[in-house]
Amino acid sequence: MFTMTPTIMRNLLNPPATRRYPTVVRPPFENARGEIVNDIQICTFCGVCAVKCPSQCITVDKKSATWTCNPFACVYCGVCAESCLSGSLHQKNDYRKPVREKTMIVLQGEIIKKEVKSHEPADVPQE
Amino acid sequence: MTKTIIPFGPQHPVLPEPVHLQLTLQDEVITEAIPAFGYVHRGLEKLAEIRDFQQMIYVVERICGICSMIHAMCYCQGLEEMMGIDVPPRARFLRVIWSELHRIHSHLLWMGLFADSFGFESLFMQCWKIREKILDIDEATTGNRVVISVNVIGGVRKDLNAEQIHWILSELKDVEKETLRLETTIMTDYTVKKRTVGKGVLTRQQAYELGLVGPVLRASGIAQDSRMLGYAAFNEIDFAPVVETDGDCYARCKVRFREIFQSIDLIRQAIAKMPDGELAVKVKGRPEGEVVSRVEQPRGEVFYYIKANGKKNLERVRVRTPTFANVPALLAMLPGMWLSDVPVIVLSIDPCISCTER
Repeated sequence: MFTMTPTIMRNLLNPPATRRYPTVVRPPFENARGEIVNDIQICTFCGVCAVKCPSQCITVDKKSATWTCNPFACVYCGVCAESCLSGSLHQKNDYRKPVREKTMIVLQGEIIKKEVKSHEPADVPQE
Repeated sequence: MTKTIIPFGPQHPVLPEPVHLQLTLQDEVITEAIPAFGYVHRGLEKLAEIRDFQQMIYVVERICGICSMIHAMCYCQGLEEMMGIDVPPRARFLRVIWSELHRIHSHLLWMGLFADSFGFESLFMQCWKIREKILDIDEATTGNRVVISVNVIGGVRKDLNAEQIHWILSELKDVEKETLRLETTIMTDYTVKKRTVGKGVLTRQQAYELGLVGPVLRASGIAQDSRMLGYAAFNEIDFAPVVETDGDCYARCKVRFREIFQSIDLIRQAIAKMPDGELAVKVKGRPEGEVVSRVEQPRGEVFYYIKANGKKNLERVRVRTPTFANVPALLAMLPGMWLSDVPVIVLSIDPCISCTER
């Protein structure tokens, strides 16, 4: 009838199994799949991440050079980061912090400048 | 005595997920139980029309929040069979390791909920405390705690290095030790026995005729387990299903408790026999044809029917989950039982309603 008593005694004497979360945070595991980060300077806006994403939380617009992600629709599968051709997309090993308001991550790239650069040689002879 | 109709669920303290049972009572004894589903239907099968067959891996994985990896494995195995892909041996062994880890944490979760159903809060806490170690293994090796997304068509996405394997084995030793401490409580405790022995008895014949699967079937004395089919690497490791003969809630608890140790043993065997090699083969082309894939989940056999027509999207994905097969058992078990036994009996089939409704 008292088979659970040793366990209860052990629990009484041992420190708690849980952590006081906001003050004590467990360090994340090295390979944990957390927040997606896009280095917009390297991003080529190829759109592979948007095509492969199973929850379709990423939108890429090549014309306006914008990369948009809805972090609340993201399922942290890591497919986008794995399939990124330019290597701009990667995952942190930490989760996103809780927020009060839902917002989209909108990153504005500078691909238009690159296009201007590519036109430069053509522009030079004209001058 | 007049009949009373009492609704059990969809919101009930012991139910982790919403299912409604309409119980007809005579005094306090149940005479009839009628289940009603449809509270968490998400239309995941229909998503096959707008997500391509590669993306569907991550969709089917989200059918169940407990045995997610096994759903994805079943789906991938089906498509591999359809497309004639040979999965590398290392990937097959890794699939065994992760699927058995899922079985352990599912059974520990269930045991906690089961203890909670008869008011044994302390045992509930103990089980979930042990389960946390398994979730840590999942997170450290794959990246996520429960929905681990390691399967792809043709293999797996992640590998285990020697250091991780060593750590997994030492963690499993702790899990085994701590679970063994609960053995006397679960197997001999007066309270546990009083609430579970002789409740919801299903004879071998009844279990067979109702077409039950998984631990509910095995607790009634039928040695049937999809792992005997030898999918993944189960044909290369020693495996014999855990069987009990009593057919009551206590027997079902014992089957699941013993399966935790069996799964630990299977992981050890798989780690010992795991060969080196590549993780996945490249998939070319699109699937065409139809296939039936079956694997053993913690709750029983899951069944996938996949029909493809050579296009990017699959024509049909049909999932028959173990709880769907086990619900008829409830209707056979509940009549004649006391109202106070309903939570214990309902939880003894390990209902996963999200799975069932998809």
